[in-house]
Formats: sequence, structure tokens, C-alpha cells
Amino acid sequence: MAQGLADHLGVPVLWVRLAFVVGTLFQLAGVLAYVAFWVFVPLGSADGSPGLASATRRGLRLDEDEATPPSNRMTLQTTALVVLGVGVAWFVLGSDRVSSLVFPAVLAIAGFALIWRQADDRLLRRWVRVTSGWAAVLRMAAGALLVLIAYGVFVAQLGGGLGSAAQLLAALVVAVAGAGLLLGPWIVRLVSDLAAERRERVRSQERADVAAHLHDSVLQTLALLQKNANDPAQVATLARRQERELRDWLYGEPADDDGSTLRTGLVADAAEIETTYRVPIEVVGVGDLDPDVDVEALRAAAREAMTNAAKHSGADRIDVYVEVGSAAAEVFVRDRGVGFDPSAIPEDRLGIRRSLVARMHRHGGTAVVRSGPGEGTEVRLALPLVRDKAPNGAHEAARNGADGGGDA
Amino acid sequence: MSTPTQTGSLRDLGVLLVDDHAMFRTGVRAELGSTVRIVAEAGDVDEAVRAVESYRPDVVLLDVHLPGGGGAEVLRRVATRYPDTKFLALSVSDAAEDVIGVIRAGARGYVTKNITGDELVDAIRRVAGGDAVFSPRLAGFVLDAFAGTIEVAQVDSDLDRLTEREREVMRLIARGYAYKEVAKELFISVKTVETHVSSVLRKLQLSSRHELTRWANDRRLI
Repeated sequence: MAQGLADHLGVPVLWVRLAFVVGTLFQLAGVLAYVAFWVFVPLGSADGSPGLASATRRGLRLDEDEATPPSNRMTLQTTALVVLGVGVAWFVLGSDRVSSLVFPAVLAIAGFALIWRQADDRLLRRWVRVTSGWAAVLRMAAGALLVLIAYGVFVAQLGGGLGSAAQLLAALVVAVAGAGLLLGPWIVRLVSDLAAERRERVRSQERADVAAHLHDSVLQTLALLQKNANDPAQVATLARRQERELRDWLYGEPADDDGSTLRTGLVADAAEIETTYRVPIEVVGVGDLDPDVDVEALRAAAREAMTNAAKHSGADRIDVYVEVGSAAAEVFVRDRGVGFDPSAIPEDRLGIRRSLVARMHRHGGTAVVRSGPGEGTEVRLALPLVRDKAPNGAHEAARNGADGGGDA
Repeated sequence: MSTPTQTGSLRDLGVLLVDDHAMFRTGVRAELGSTVRIVAEAGDVDEAVRAVESYRPDVVLLDVHLPGGGGAEVLRRVATRYPDTKFLALSVSDAAEDVIGVIRAGARGYVTKNITGDELVDAIRRVAGGDAVFSPRLAGFVLDAFAGTIEVAQVDSDLDRLTEREREVMRLIARGYAYKEVAKELFISVKTVETHVSSVLRKLQLSSRHELTRWANDRRLI
């Protein structure tokens, strides 16, 4: 909350927290302000990928907010309202004003809370937005009633005792609460509109940068395409690279901060090999895995297999499939190229044997190459994942002499 | 891809093109125009619904992202009323939720827009014949969806789970195998492969909303 407000105001979060604490010393005003902000300031919403967010905005797909059930934010808000009510009551009590006003004040707050929270969050949101029709009339009536009660209390107090300034003030507060109910929808909307607008402004700068970058990259590619118009392979490669870049940006999953996973690593490798050898590589994945030494070995082996396929197979596309199950991580690299006879490869040509098979063996995995002349090639790399359950020491020993290092 | 053998019957197929990018529609029309009969084009959900109602196409090439609620919305509004019309999703979007969403709404397959003309014709022919068209990517999404739900499904119902054979077929398709190659690999007929794929599609469409929502949520958390 404090963080959000700090972002909003552009000041360090500590100041905001301090302001709340200091405010609390004065008749709990800090607590009241905090709770009020909590209730009225919309939560910052997480940004999805720009392409999907934009598609949602333009109605090209269904809104996730509508598709997913309401969060526990509603419960939080109800709690906040209750706390707000108690706080106001405390405020009135603690201020040592005329205690006869406490009861009407609590009554008014209860009415306020009841009316505002009577519906579930979705309904409430719709209801609050309504500024015409029977719902609005009903709300107006409720607000007017509260104002009337406040006025009645005010008059009664005035008639009972002398109209002290304190009484006047207290009654005024209740009246303002009633008026607030009348104007509530507009205020809420104004506040949320303001917040949305501000967030939009903050983002627009960033977005402008990204848009500029996008335009540059796309324009560059288009220029290159024109230059290479007589080289179909080059044109296809350029177009594909651009497509992949754009697609990643538009629809890709947000990249992890702590580096690449097995899947993102393989996709990156595939992109690189694709650019070098001008063969489209399609990577499909199920499940994912954080990198460690063994996983890195799997990735390196897969990279080797992709490079071999791109270099030697002559296939017009390469399919890569990664599956991380509970028992093993597997990578399949398949091409429909010329193929070869695995048994006919001389012992001294160690490309496949050393890089793939031996590497996978060192890490407790397997590599199987299936191929035949004219049948294409498929390399299946598998890495068992039971090592989490196995004692670590034994595993370390078994992996002695493994290439790569730096396992934590 | 093999060229279709029954060129005559393919010419009789009425195809509706639904995509909000006119340029893309023009491209597809140019590519397919000589092979199939393109009866109409539509640029948004309402147009698509009207076009399906008035032209009764055999196959609808349906963009996943479409003004008015997306391809899934079109399917929700017409798929049950016109069981003879088959839908093939076509998209550049790789968002698994959206692709699975359109399949669950009733599309018989999903191909990406960079598919070659021959492959597209083949996919249209398959879909028109009542088969499902699974690209490697879709097979991956499907395996992902079911893998994410298997722990839940054990408690719930067996209906939602893939059989071992169906999983094998899905995995081979994800590995880039064509139906013919899958059949050869598993020593079964192409027809059996198609049966398995259709069964996966049906399970995907029937599986409970709860589990797939959970899957989608989990994915977003990852």
C-alpha cells in the first residue's frame, strides 16, 4: 500500500510509511488515511505481455479479469471498511466530543457499510458505476436518508442543549458522510480514472521507447528484405527472425530475472542456429526446468544435435521437442533430411559419439541416434530427474570428471 | 505434403475466411483460391457469425484473435447450431490459453499462419473430413494442459485423462511426426492415429472447466 502510494507520488516509500505513523499519533488519522487509501485506490494490476494486453483492450480476446473469479481483494476491502468504521467511531469517541453523537455516527457508518458492501464485488462495481436507473435512485434515497438522520440528530441536539460548535461539527461530519454516499460513485470513478491515467502516463514513456525500438527493428528487416529480394533463402531467414523477435515480444512469457530455463535456453540456441544455417527450427516444449550442470549438459547436447541437423541433413525444417516430466527430461531433435547409417560411421569420427552420447553418459543420461539413409534423423536425449531423491554425495561422486563445473 | 487426391471434391468445399487483417485474407485467397472455393470473408465476430449463417461454409478458417471477443466467441455463437460447419483455428499468437480456448470452444485444429499453402490445403481437407489437425505446437500445448491436470484428475475423473496410447500419439506429433509417420512408428493405421487424435480433441473439449482454469492459472504463475 505504502509502496503503491510512494510510486504514485514519486517519493521514497519510507516517507509515506513515516507519514502514516506520524499521522496515527493524531487521533488515528494515519490509520484512517491508510485504510481509506486501501479502500479507494485501485490495486496496481500486473502487466501481461503487451500483445495480449492490447488484444484484450481491443476486444480480440476475452478479458481475464472477467474470466477469473474475484480475488480475495474483496474480503480485504470489507475488512478495511469495518476497520474504517471502527476507526471513525474511535475518532468520535476519543475526540471527547459530545458522546450522544456516537450512536448516530455508528448508525450512519453501519448504513454506509451495509449499502456499499451488500453486493459482491462484481455487482458492486457495476452498481457503483450506474449513475442512472433504479439502482441510482435507491442509492440516492439511502444517502438522502442518512443525511436526513444526521440533520434530525443535529436539530435534536440543537433543541436539547445549546448548539455548541462541537455538536455542529459532529453533525456536519455525519451529513458529509451522507453526501459522500450521494457523490460516492462519482468520487470513486474519479479516483480510479485518475489512478489509471497516471499509470498510463508512467507507462507511455516506456511504451514509446519500445515502439521506437520495434519500428527500428521491423524497418531494418524490411530494408534488408528489399536488398536481398533475389535471395529467397536469405529473405525467408530474415522474415523468420523478425517474426520470432516480434512474437517473443508480443506474446512471449515474461523472461525470468534469474537467467534462462532449459526451454528458453533451447529456444535461444535454436534461433542462433537458425540464423547461422538458415533452416527453420521449431521448438515445442512441455514443462520446464531450471538449469544446473546436468541440465546445461542436456542443453549443450541438444544444441549439438540441432547444429548437426542444420549443417548436414539438408532438411527444410527441424523439429525440436522438449518434455520435462517427473522422471526425466527429454529432448528430441528431428529432421527429415538425407539421414545416414549410424553403424557406418567410423570410430574416429567422434562428432556424435563424444559430444552427444559420451556427454549425456557423463551426466547420467542417454543419447540415442536413429537414422537411416533417406529417412532423416532423430536424436533422443534423456536425462533422468530422480537425482533430487538420491543422496547428493553419491551423485557427485558418480559425476566425477564431468565437463563444466560450478555446481552450487 | 502430399497433394490432395480428390481435387474434384476439394473444389466443392466452401471455405469462409475469418481474419481481421485484410492483407492476410488476400494472401490466403491468392494461395487457396484455385484449390478450394472461398465463399466469403469476414473481419470480426459479428460478420463471421452472419457469414456462417448465410453461406453455411464447410470449413471456416478462424483467426484466434478477432474484434468482438476472438475466435472462441464465434464458435460459442454458431458451432452448436451448424454442426456441419468445421472450424480450423489459424493464428500467429502462441498464447497457449487462447489456442486451447478456441479448441475447447469447438475448433477441429490449430495451425500457425506461416504454414505453407499445401499444408493448409491438406489441413482444410482433413478438417472437412471430420478429422482433427494437430500441429506440433498444439500437441505440445495439449500435453502441457493435461500434464498440468493429471494430479488433479486422479482425484476427479478418469474421463479427463489421456490414455497411454493417446499420449504417445501426442508426443510423436509434438516431435514433428506426420500422421503417417506416427502410424508407422506405432505399428497402427493412419485411421487409428486419426481416431486417437479426435479422441484427444473430444477430451479436451469435455474436460472440466475447473481443471483447465487451474492449468491456466498455474501457467501464469510460472
